[in-house]
Amino acid sequence: MMNFLAMGGYGQFVWAAYAASALGLAAATVLTLSAYFRVVRQLSQLPREGEKPLA
Amino acid sequence: MIGYANPKRFLDLTRPIPPWFFGVSSTLLAIGLYLALFVVPPERQQGDAVRIMFVHVPAAWIGMGAYALMAVCSIWALVNRHPLADIAAREAAPLGALFTGLALITGSLWGKPMWGTYWAWDARLTSFLLLFFLYLGYIAIWNVTEDETRAARGAAILAIVGAVNLPIIKFSVDWWNTLHQGESIFRSGGPVIATVFLWPLFIMLAAYTTLFAALWIVRVRTAILRRTVRTRVSAGFGR
Repeated sequence: MMNFLAMGGYGQFVWAAYAASALGLAAATVLTLSAYFRVVRQLSQLPREGEKPLA
Repeated sequence: MIGYANPKRFLDLTRPIPPWFFGVSSTLLAIGLYLALFVVPPERQQGDAVRIMFVHVPAAWIGMGAYALMAVCSIWALVNRHPLADIAAREAAPLGALFTGLALITGSLWGKPMWGTYWAWDARLTSFLLLFFLYLGYIAIWNVTEDETRAARGAAILAIVGAVNLPIIKFSVDWWNTLHQGESIFRSGGPVIATVFLWPLFIMLAAYTTLFAALWIVRVRTAILRRTVRTRVSAGFGR
């Protein structure tokens, strides 16, 4: 296990690269999906076209 | 093609796509990471640092691909004045900037143990940094220009002019003496890297590409729906 984590002496560089990639891709996915579901929720709370406007 | 660009039609057509793309991407990422971290042997000269290539090359590929997509959509926007083209280009930019940033970070993390430095003003690295700044400039134009029509035109012109940088990035390793190694995958005469490294790399390339496509489609859908919300609210259909 320690050998695997050490990555032949390059562990800090390899794991930092993988961590940065994972963080970037996860953040992009979460932010993109949360923005999408937020606007879908907003839209569902508005009356459909053809219905009587609220104001 | 233009018929499919109707926002309503686009929403209908793309509704089922993102879940499939997220699923395919996750599966390919799991397989690619397993191969990259557990199956691929250390490379003769680079040792285990070669594993950085599996996250660096796909990020760089998407960074350039997203810019090409942005440039094509921008040409389409200027020629046809289609609002969906502007949205498509605009929504590709933050993703392209992210992947370009990841390519720069992972590249410098590979450079330190291999070259002895995180950064060098080498033609490939410098032209790639310029790509990152082009993305930032493009995003800035959209954010600081109040008139949306002017913002769209200015951003489109920047995207098209900036596309000149793409062949410079691609051929920089051939045109100049660079610290960055020469083209080893997409070159005439075929790849020069061993098959044991090539397959995991292609799987990671496919994973990143499908993830980008899924995120881009969702972002375009979000922008269209946001516009619908604004229109309905301003028409009095809500608060």
